[in-house]
Parts: sequence; structure tokens; C-alpha cells
Amino acid sequence: MPEDDQQSSRGAAVPFADLEFYKSLGMKSGLEIHRQLDTERKLFCKCPAVRTYSDHFDAELLRHMRPTLSELGEYDPTALMEFKTKKEIIYRLARDTVCTYEMDDAPPFGLNRDALDRALVLGVMLNLSLVDELHIARKQYLDGSIPTGFQRTTIVGVDGFLMCRGRRIGVRQLGLEEDACREVSDKGHLRTYMTDRLSIPLIEVVTEADMRTPAEVAFVAGVIQRLCHLSGVVRTGLGKVRQDVNVSIAGGSRVEIKGVPRIRQIPALVHWEALRQRALLEVRDLCKARGLDAGAFAEDLDVTEHARRFSHPLFAGISRGGKAHAVVLRNAAGILAYPTGPRRTFGHEVSDRLRVVACVDRMPNLAHSDDPDCFGLSGLFEAVRRQTGATCGDAVVVTAGPGRDMPTAVGEIRLRLCEALSGVPRETRKALPGGATCFERLLPGPDRMYPDTDLPPIVLGQADFERARGRAPGALWDKEAGYAAAGLSVEQTERLMTTDRFRLFDAAAPRVRLRASVLAYLLLDWLTALSRAGIDTRPADADLLARLFGGEDAGTMRQRDAAAALSAALGHVPGWVGKAGGKGQAQGQGQAGTGSGTGAGARVTSGVDPVEVRT
Amino acid sequence: MTTAPDHPDRFKGYRGDGRAALERFGTGVWDVVDVESSHGRFHGLILPRSETADEHHLVLKLDTGYNVGVAARSVTAVEVVGRREAHYKIPEKEFPSDAGKPNVKLFGTGGTIASRLDYRTGAVIPAFSPGELYGSVPELADICNLKTEKLYAVFSENMGPEQYIGVAGAVAREIENGVDGIVIGHGTDTMHHTAGILSFMIQDPPVPIVMVGSQRSSDRPSSDAALNLIHATKTAGHSDIAEVMVCMFGPTSDEYGLLHRGTRVRKMHSSYRSTFRTISDIPVALVSKDEIRPLRQDYRRRRTDRKVKLDAVYDDRVTILYYYPGMKPPLVDSLVENGYKGIVIAGTGLGHVNKPLYPAFKRAIAAGVHVFMTVQTLWGYTQMYVYDTGRDLMELGIVPAGNMLPEVALMKLGWTLAHTTDREEVKRLMLTSVAGEITEREPPDAYLVYQGGLPEIEAYVKKHRM
Repeated sequence: MPEDDQQSSRGAAVPFADLEFYKSLGMKSGLEIHRQLDTERKLFCKCPAVRTYSDHFDAELLRHMRPTLSELGEYDPTALMEFKTKKEIIYRLARDTVCTYEMDDAPPFGLNRDALDRALVLGVMLNLSLVDELHIARKQYLDGSIPTGFQRTTIVGVDGFLMCRGRRIGVRQLGLEEDACREVSDKGHLRTYMTDRLSIPLIEVVTEADMRTPAEVAFVAGVIQRLCHLSGVVRTGLGKVRQDVNVSIAGGSRVEIKGVPRIRQIPALVHWEALRQRALLEVRDLCKARGLDAGAFAEDLDVTEHARRFSHPLFAGISRGGKAHAVVLRNAAGILAYPTGPRRTFGHEVSDRLRVVACVDRMPNLAHSDDPDCFGLSGLFEAVRRQTGATCGDAVVVTAGPGRDMPTAVGEIRLRLCEALSGVPRETRKALPGGATCFERLLPGPDRMYPDTDLPPIVLGQADFERARGRAPGALWDKEAGYAAAGLSVEQTERLMTTDRFRLFDAAAPRVRLRASVLAYLLLDWLTALSRAGIDTRPADADLLARLFGGEDAGTMRQRDAAAALSAALGHVPGWVGKAGGKGQAQGQGQAGTGSGTGAGARVTSGVDPVEVRT
Repeated sequence: MTTAPDHPDRFKGYRGDGRAALERFGTGVWDVVDVESSHGRFHGLILPRSETADEHHLVLKLDTGYNVGVAARSVTAVEVVGRREAHYKIPEKEFPSDAGKPNVKLFGTGGTIASRLDYRTGAVIPAFSPGELYGSVPELADICNLKTEKLYAVFSENMGPEQYIGVAGAVAREIENGVDGIVIGHGTDTMHHTAGILSFMIQDPPVPIVMVGSQRSSDRPSSDAALNLIHATKTAGHSDIAEVMVCMFGPTSDEYGLLHRGTRVRKMHSSYRSTFRTISDIPVALVSKDEIRPLRQDYRRRRTDRKVKLDAVYDDRVTILYYYPGMKPPLVDSLVENGYKGIVIAGTGLGHVNKPLYPAFKRAIAAGVHVFMTVQTLWGYTQMYVYDTGRDLMELGIVPAGNMLPEVALMKLGWTLAHTTDREEVKRLMLTSVAGEITEREPPDAYLVYQGGLPEIEAYVKKHRM
């Protein structure tokens, strides 16, 4: 259904090429969506699962992380990479939000049953095969985002599906896990985390890589978001949703773009990742054509003394004892300048590794002979070439930073170039503005999983499943089809479902005679406009709507008349308060707008997801 | 390990329904399978089952690395699609030898200092060899030449007199053989018991004897095992403190360890990393990656001779009686009837028990039982002259044991009674400090249990890491 892909979720129009283009790349994409469950307490202890975060802290503690073996006796490559960074991790602790459990100074208490019950509701809604016996696993995170060095996580169900515009999208699994710390800063070898968010119950919905275009990925993310809202078991609001997007193309590798906060960012990220992978495959072919192998990157030399003569920002640290090293890339001229994305070249791939793995994070952290902006350093590159007998067909890359980081830095330059010989490394990447991404860490595999020996398996019975089925609303797609049949537009339906307004709509609809689309307009647009104009819209409940619009005459009421009636009922002088949802606001409603203005506005938007907050 | 169809390990850990399902569908452990159950499909690797788990579920490892349990009775079909056998092995590398570095011997008794997963119980079991240790903590090679010997593989609650005597003998032998320092890996729960008894069994050693463990097992990325081992081997190889010590985290942060005298140390928290504290005194020294900083000077110095006084005997007919208000006399009588020869009372306050127990203690002492008084407050001395109760108790023959910790007094009484049962001699041996178990004075900074919530303490905690 290519025509379907031309449409999209709101805010996610298709600015890119069509399905055929992505098909030609062999692009596949999947989602991992994380949402906090709306519980009072954390997942493995009795600390409050706070809704608002604070940077206040009472104490700090310091930890280092070491890689450990997986259950099947392997080291996870990500863990070994993180160990190379030699980070000192500082945790900030506030006594009201963490206990000895989050500090990793006490074993876990039992799993929060409310969280489990909520997760099962989603399991039912996602049509999963629910697990009979939950096994808590430890998923290693050596970045320090969890003080234990692992996240306690469990699979609630596998092998489910979603219906998205008539297409069946596989759901690989639903996980229940503890949320991680909030990063405060990450500089050099010191990373600091705030711990209030740590261990708040989180679900992770993992889809199969069934999405074929960037717009479809965003669309499916929207469906999962609305399904979560419908479930009533999750939290809504900024920071309560995080989505990871997996992208691969034919011949490329799975790359995970982590923590995308807004759905409307997804299409550009997916598009550019697909093109980045294509570029990396082209770089690979280029290397192959030139017959490059690891030996081509074997030479490096200390160029600290040479570098002193250049006033380049890269060398700013040298006067304070820093070092500069050069690596010669034989027969590789041009490769570092190969474009990989918007204002990004292959050189950025190398620079990212230096920043993340070697902790050489004073930018710029690298200069190379392919970069026209580094023309001022050509004397330095020439000196290196002279000293090594290299020619202009060979590239020179120079990095600089603290002396103790140079061995790792040189190693990382080589490593990244060696990876270029085989194409696309499996990575997790971080979203940058404009659709580009940067390296975050190597993609972890199944070897980071380890059974949690602190907790026994949890046996679930039919009673648990029945309870979840009883609590689960019907399928999202059936509900949305119902709204469509009642006369709501696709846009209205999606907006109802992405806010909690659908609950008021469902409560009021059977009791009013208004056309459904008019009722939806009142709830979605008019109440929002009134509230932005400073009017208290809390009294607009199902009872009030039934009183106003329950009569025979409401059936033929025009939208503007209904709006006026609602305004009047809320104590507002009838009038045009501006196009709802638009920029114009409450013209002529100054008086009304002054009273409880900010309060009322905040109340309405607090229930709205960040992806859907519109200006 | 092989799992041929007729091999017993093919059903490793499975019983009842679980095993019946495996047999029915012709599959077993390490098979990669597609399972059809009455409520869904699962694809994964069949894992061994922990013997403590129920018999109704099969455990599958999914491709994502997660494990799930499928009810054996709900399984309707299993298709074997492959095999993948796990070989859990810490990578071993030969521990390098450097003539310029001290030789340290590491004895293993068990505990979580070096451990790996045990499929039988689903818990962790000790793993331990120089190669394994070097594979997981390569920094050790920068500190010393390391040899290891596994004496026991038990959790610390299973340590007892037989093991104490065995460890003491092994340590003495190794010292005579010329080693520069001893490290003893030990579970933390009863490490202070073992440190206490070794202080009496191995007297006046010429080299450091360092006990070490971990509060978070070494199969966790945040484990304290590696740093504790680094601190312990550094102490054993490089410090000039020739005593039995416990080396564990000072703060809970990964910053430095403290060296506690073996007779003055106690595990004070069930799970914190900084659980070991010196009681009624200050620790002997601080150890970090960079330094060993003595905090006091009254420690025994390292010597070059190989003389060690081994006195490894123990009479286990001893017990601790933790007094509580309302304790009844038959409790004491039953100890006597059951042949106990020594009782250490953990009394209230300065060393008290209630009056109704007096006759029972009188009977016990008349029957030849040796009774010593310690304090359940842990900090501070017994002082039985202050109140009438104390005087009455001493009148009965109960001997106040100064500021000896209850567990240390127990260890010492067992050791003493293996030497003599003469009342005066027992008393003399008990009250003559061998290794600092009774100190003459408690300095003013020996009791610092600060309370959170006070602004000045909160300010201190915020300034210094926990």
C-alpha cells in the first residue's frame, strides 16, 4: 500500500523519497519504545516513583564498572568498549528519592506487582504470547547509567502484533524494566548522574524490523503511543517516553538511534541513517578497490613538538602538557572527507570514537589532511609525510589531548578505519538536530544478559492473565475505526488518542446529541483555546456537556454555536477567541485571560504528550 | 559437558512436568527449539533448570538473551532447530612473574570474591585460579607475583573449627616457605569470626595476613571484589603491618579500603560495601591504589625471619548467649545439660542479665562451665562494679571480658578451652590480650556513628563521597 505511506502521522509528513527508494536500499526499521508505568513506587524497592525530577542532592558516591561474563560465558563488546573509557562515575543521591537499593548497597526487594499487572495489560493489547514464568535478567550497562552496572529487566510476552493502516507489524517482545539515571554531565573521564529517575518502572515495546519507510516508522511510533494512552497504565508527559529507532540497509548493519524524544524527529533520523549506511558501504568499496587492509593504518608518531608551531585549536592543550599524535593512512587520501550525512563526513565517525572511547572530548579533537578547513595545518601533515615517507595519496590524521589518553586515541583511529573495511559497525547512536546522529557506543548483543541471582522466577497463572484481559481496553485499531465510523477525521481520532481527551469524549458521546466531529472539535480545539485564554475549563465534564448538548436541538447544532454555548457555560462572554490550535489567541478576551491564565493553560498541556504539544 | 540423548545432563535440573515434557518431545538442555504452547509460540535455547526452582516450567533463552519460563503442561509441540552449548569460563591467562615483585599467596575458602554462575542452584559459586583472577583483574600483576590455593569452597556461614585449623596450618606453612604476604579470600558474613580466631592461632606472624571478600559478587560490573583484591594484595605484598587484618571498603564509593585489626573488626551492615568497621578503636591503616597510609603506629612490623607461632586448637563446646529481658533460666541449664563448657554472654549495657538467671549461672559455673561477659552494645567496656547487678554476677563467677567483641570472645574461649580447663588459667588467658582483642583505652574518636539528618552531618556527607 504505497499510497498509505504517502500519508503519515501528524507532523510526520513525507519530505523524502518514496517506498521504492527505501526498498532499493533494502532499508528495514524497527522501534523500541520505552514508557514509564504510572505506579506509586519504584520497581524493586519502596522508593516513590517521582513524577517530577529535581537536581537537588544530598550525597555523592563514586563507582567504576568492570565487564563481566555473560551467562553463556562471553564478554559483551560494548562492555569492553566502556571499560576502555576508564570513566569515574559519580552518582548524586537525594534522600527522598533513593534508598540503599538504588545505590547498589542492598539487594532488590520483590518486584512491584502493580507494575507487573500494568505491563500485562499492555501485553494483552499487543497480542503477545504471555510468559508463564518471569525470569529477571541483568542487562549490562557499563556506561554507568545504573549503579549496579546492569538493569534488572524481564520479558512479559513475545511474538505479538499491531495493526497499522491494515498492515500487521510484529511485536517481538514486551519488557518490564527499571529506568536508568539521568545524566548530569560527561566530561573527560568523569560522568555524573542524578538518581531520582533510577528504577522507576518502565515498559519496553520492541517491534520487529517491519517498517519500510521513515514515515512508516513515525506512524507506528504514533500507534504505539496511542495504544499506550488507551491502556491507561502509563505516564504521559515530557521525559516519560523515549524511543529507540533501529535502522539497517542491505549489506549494512543494525544501528540503534537512542532516546529520540519526539516522534516528529523520527523520519529525518531514519532517512539520514539509511544514507549514512549507504555512504559507509561506498567507503568500504573504495577501500577495497584500493586494496587497503589493517596494515595501511599501522604507522603512528608523536607529533607534539611539530604541533607546537601551529596555533590550531586542536593543539590548545599542548602548552599544558598535552600530546599530539598522528596516524598515517596509506593510500587512503579522500576517505576521511567522504560525506556521510548533513554536514558530516567519515572524519566525524573517527572523531566520535575519540570523544567517546578515548575521552578526548575537547573539540576539535582531530584534524586530517582531507579536510579543506585544516589547510593551515598542511605544514604539519607534510612534516609527517616526510618523516614516514608518505605521499599525497596517503592521508594523515592528527589528534591531541592528555598524554594518558593518546594510546587509546591512536588505537581508536585505527580501529574505526579497520571497521570501515567491513562496512557499517553495529552501533548505538545519538540523535543530533537536523537528522544526523553521532556515535554513542557499540551495539550490545545478547551477551550482556545475565540471570539475576538475587530474585527467584515469578510464576504467573491464569488468574493473572484473566485480570489483565479484564482490564485491557479493546484493540486500538478497532476503537479508532469506531471513531472514524462516527464521523471523526483521522486527525481528530489521532489527537483524541494522543491526549487523554478520548476519555471525556467516550464519557460524553453517549449523552450528547452533537455530531461526533463537533464534540471532538469542542474537546480538542475549543477547550484548548479557552484554556489558553485563561479560562478554567475543568468544569467541562461529561455532565456539563450532557446538560448543554443532550437536547434534541443539539443534533443539528453548528460547530460555532456549540462552541459559544460551551464558552457561556464556562462563564465566558460568547465570542470568537481565535482559531483553535493556531497562533491567534483570545482576541478581545484580555480580562478573562489575566486571572488564572497560566494555571489553566498548564493543566491542559500537562496531559498532552510532548510529541503533540503544538505551538 | 556433553548432552547426548542418553546423557543425564540432558535434563539438567528438570524434574516432574518439566522433565516429562522434554522427554515427550525428544529434546533437552542446550537444544534450540520452537515451542508451541496453548497460549503462544516461543523460540529459544533450553537452559538447565535451577534445582531450587519448581518442576512445572521449561526455561528458554531467547535470541535477545532474555530468559523466560514456559509452563511445561501448556506445551503442545517442540521442534528442535539447533544446538548451542554454553561454556562458562572466565578467560584464563598465565599470571606473569616478576622477580622484582613480592610473592603473595592467596588462599581461597569460598565466598563471592571470585565467583561464577552455578546452574544447579541458580546462585553464584566461587571460581578461582591465578589465571582466572588475572583474566578478570589484570591489575594484580602490577602488584605482586600471585599463587593461589583453594582450601575450601564454602559460604562463610559454613566455616567452622575444622576450617579454622586448616587455614591456620596452611598459612603457617606458607610463611615458613618464605612468602611475602598472605591473602585469604573469605565470605564476608563470618569473616570477623575467622579473623578473630586466626589472630589467636597464628601469633606474631612476620608478614601481613590479609582477609578479603566482596559484598557484591564478582559477576557484577559494580562489584567491589576487584578493588578489594587489589587493596589486599597490595597490603600483603607491600605493607609493613604483620598482623591478621580484614581489608574491605572504607566508604561505599570505589575509593579506598580500610585495614582492620582482626580482633576488633565486625560486619555491621547486611549489604553495604563499607560494612566492616573497627569497633571501639580506629582502623590500622588506609589502603588505596596509590598508597598504604597507617592511621596508627602501634602495629606489629614486618620481619624477615620466618618464625610463626602456630597454635591451632579449638574446643567447640562454647556458645554466645544473647541476653534479652525476660530470658528464662532453663535456657542456661540446657546449655550445661548439652555439654557446653564455655558461655559468652552478650549482656545489656555495661554487662548485665536479669536476676532470675542468677541461680542458673550459679549451677552452670558449679558444673565447670566458664562464663564471660561482653556487651551487646558492641562499643565500650564491661564495667560490672557500677550497679549491684554487675557485682552480683561477678560474685557468681561470671568474668567481665573488657571490651572484647562478643564473637571474638567466643573464638577466644573456644581456643582457650582447648588449652586448659583450669578456672584461673582460663581467666588469665582470656583476659591477656594476644592481638588487641582487649585494649587498655578507647580513644575519643573510636565511636563515631554519625546520624544522618543533622545539618552539619549532611554537609559533611555532601562534601565527602559516601
